[in-house]
Amino acid sequence: MSDAYEVVIGLEVHAQLRTRTKMFCGCSTAFGAPPNTQTCPVCQGMPGTLPVINRRAVEFGIKTALAINCTVNADNRFARKHYYYPDMPKNYQISQYEEPLAEHGYLDIEVAGASRRIGIQRLHLEEDVGKLVHEGSLETAQSSQVDYNRAGVPLMEIVSMPDMRSPEEAAAYLKALRAIVVYLDVCDGNMEEGSLRCDANISLRRPGAKEYGTKVEIKNMNSFRNVQHALEYEIKRQARALDTGERIVQETRLWDPDRGHTVSMRSKEFAHDYRYFPEPDLPPLDLAPAWIESVRATLAELPAAKRARFMKDYALGAYDAEVLTQSRELAGYFEAAAKGSPHPKTVANWVLNEILRVVPPDDEKAIAACPIKPADLAGLITLIEDGTISGRIAKDVFEKMLVAGESARAIVAREGLTQVADAGELGSVVDQVLAEHAKVVEDYKAGKKAALGFLVGQVMKSTSGKASPAVVNSLLMEKLPKV
Amino acid sequence: MLTRLTIHELGARFRSGEATPSQAAREYLDRITSFDPKVKAYLTRTSEAALGQAAESDARFAVKKPLGLLDGIPLALKDVFCTRGVETTCGSKILKGFIPPYDATVVAKLRAAGGVLLGKLNMDEFAMGSSTENSAFFTTRNPWDLSRVPGGSSGGSAAAVAADLAAATLGTDTGGSIRQPAAFCGTAGLKPTYGRVSRFGLIAFASSLDQVGPFGKDVADAALMLQAIAGHDPMDSTSAPVPVPDYAAALSLGVKGLKVGIPDEYFIEGLDPEVEAAVRAAIATLEDLGAQTQRVSLPHTEYGLAAYYVIAPAEASSNLARYDGVKYGLRVPGARDLIDMYSRTRGAGFGAEVKRRVMLGTYALSAGYYDAYYGKAQKVRTLVLRDFQRAFELVDVIVAPTTPGVAFTMGERADPLQMYLNDVFTIPVNLAGLPGMSVLGGFTRTGLPIGLQLIGKAFDEATLLRTAKAYEGATRWQERKPELAA
Repeated sequence: MSDAYEVVIGLEVHAQLRTRTKMFCGCSTAFGAPPNTQTCPVCQGMPGTLPVINRRAVEFGIKTALAINCTVNADNRFARKHYYYPDMPKNYQISQYEEPLAEHGYLDIEVAGASRRIGIQRLHLEEDVGKLVHEGSLETAQSSQVDYNRAGVPLMEIVSMPDMRSPEEAAAYLKALRAIVVYLDVCDGNMEEGSLRCDANISLRRPGAKEYGTKVEIKNMNSFRNVQHALEYEIKRQARALDTGERIVQETRLWDPDRGHTVSMRSKEFAHDYRYFPEPDLPPLDLAPAWIESVRATLAELPAAKRARFMKDYALGAYDAEVLTQSRELAGYFEAAAKGSPHPKTVANWVLNEILRVVPPDDEKAIAACPIKPADLAGLITLIEDGTISGRIAKDVFEKMLVAGESARAIVAREGLTQVADAGELGSVVDQVLAEHAKVVEDYKAGKKAALGFLVGQVMKSTSGKASPAVVNSLLMEKLPKV
Repeated sequence: MLTRLTIHELGARFRSGEATPSQAAREYLDRITSFDPKVKAYLTRTSEAALGQAAESDARFAVKKPLGLLDGIPLALKDVFCTRGVETTCGSKILKGFIPPYDATVVAKLRAAGGVLLGKLNMDEFAMGSSTENSAFFTTRNPWDLSRVPGGSSGGSAAAVAADLAAATLGTDTGGSIRQPAAFCGTAGLKPTYGRVSRFGLIAFASSLDQVGPFGKDVADAALMLQAIAGHDPMDSTSAPVPVPDYAAALSLGVKGLKVGIPDEYFIEGLDPEVEAAVRAAIATLEDLGAQTQRVSLPHTEYGLAAYYVIAPAEASSNLARYDGVKYGLRVPGARDLIDMYSRTRGAGFGAEVKRRVMLGTYALSAGYYDAYYGKAQKVRTLVLRDFQRAFELVDVIVAPTTPGVAFTMGERADPLQMYLNDVFTIPVNLAGLPGMSVLGGFTRTGLPIGLQLIGKAFDEATLLRTAKAYEGATRWQERKPELAA
């Protein structure tokens, strides 16, 4: 990437709200139903139908707005945005324009150890559109069909200020925003299924320049990785163009993840005229301050606050705290296991190294369904810490717990895995090992200290791993000189 | 002849057992068969369903358990209301064949009240017009003179009531579309306050102006119909949660001591002298009945028409965007691509007036023009409302002509601007969202009806009805009926 330019990035994020019903009618929002089974005259845009605002969607919008430090506009209203496309039943989308639900917020992100504050211009509510289904490929299709199940699903659009200066910052902002909406339980955050969509505006300018360069909008980036790659590609493309004196065209470009480049979609020089005007079918949304405050009172602890608290309360490092707070479920899992444990750091290590081996950090369903419950993990760690089992045995017990869903204590008891720490009992095993490996003993005495490890291993092997490593070590140190 | 009776007279016969709803329905259906070919009020007849509904009503009266005052009454609907299972065209080719899967709220209310629905009535396409000449199908005739228009856009609804082709009907009024045809056809026609009646299921023309209202053979019938359809509807967020009073009770209150305003701006050059004379005479009648009249001023009246012809087309251009050939109604085949399908369908499906208004509205909402047109028109709208608010600090009701002239002949107003001017006295009421009513206020020398307009405070339809009823009781205009020789 050329350092001759400063990168300016702003993101527009669309989040599908997890309401039970659609934005303006009572149809279900559930994903994956057969085409057009979750529709009614209202969301099909039938003549004569009228929208009715989903109160829950407004509440979710307020919740998010407060979490990203926005001012909620007590008076806001919906507007119609016009363009013709078959997936939009009315050929206008009910959205918000001059009077959005909330404005003037910010989100703090951390990139490479430094904190950055990204401004948020606005948050508004709107309805989603349907989906076109083509018979065969787009080029060869004999017909196109429309599925209106998604039409009318509540969407929240969050528009950032052009405050990001690198693809890493853009990815960090998107991750932080996603964590918030998932934490608040207002959006499932699934980028692949399209519950969370991101468009980017990106431009380059000479460092110190006051004016922004011509911006290009990039669409179709359905993962964090795609966002970062698309922006990296676009920076190179624009820098190359500017280097050779080319003019950047204001346009929308589509990210092609398979080919790893962006392609021009449509020129914005002939920009759409959306002919916005206030939605006459809906009176202005007059939000009672008491309602806004009651929503504020229900705000759950947000990722940043939780991270700080984990570092303080459980003496975790920044990285560990970051990973553990990636999702509310994971954080909840850790905290349930760590609470009351005298060894929270050990709990964190087990969650990070072992639990995350079997469940993805942001898959709430998988975390909830994890066969090892937090209390069971805490039980396992207690057995380690009080010396009942060794760390090595603990790993085996962990695997058994995953399969059986039993408590560690039950598995240890049934399989006789309790650690042997009795010096008398272990003493005879040590004697036997020393007798069987005279050559190794000699090596050790000749100064080959690594031989000790071999001997410990042999004792562990003879005891099926149940020997207390500490006791074995001290017995060996005691007996070796005497051999 | 049951078809001559008002709702309250007909209902009394049902209750006394002198007549049954089935007899009434059959008489109306026969009369429609005989006379509708002349009047051409109906686009669709639902004879069979009507007889079924009437039979059910018969059964209720037989056990003396009618649903209410509308039970068994033969009614008809402007084709702007969605009716489940019954074609609803809005007077347009683009909706030819459209059969809604649901009933408009007002239709559901009439059904629940036991009304017998005879059919759907002609109108100007998408309610854009003042004569029904913009109907994609045919022009309805004025029962008083078949060479003349019935007014519009609810021309079919007005003509049906005037010609005794329905006991009462529903229409809609966006800029005068109930009051003007009521005036032209000599019926009572009431446009309620914006928000008084649900718009759910009413095919939108201009959402911030459209309002549903009744046509009746007399004032009491209009009150009965309003009672049945008024009230908040959770399906329409612009319908107001304002309690609905007992309109029948208001009818007998008289006008003694009532303060009546006469707006200077409604007696202007271009007002037909016969209309002016009739309205002045009506004012004198109200004075005789004990009302106190005084002049009031509504200074922004002259700007109402211009503001309306920005706001209404702007909203219409948006509301009519959904008619694109994708989902229902007309789709012209043979298109090369999507845009071509849109263009061909809308080109063939919409009539000239609809296209004109869609273009006007699209222009008014365009980037760079919004503030100058739509934004400015909304400001004028506020000024028009303030005019009325000031006047209503002084008076209880305003009396004026409904239209500058009486029913014109077909084809007479080919120039759209001439046609628009017809609504100059009705439009300000829609802009202000107030209730307005037209009652029969006399006849010209040639026997054409003249409309007397009453304008009230927001949600005060009761005062309009009370004033209209008092006036009606003091005159005998209603006894005249149009001659429709077979």
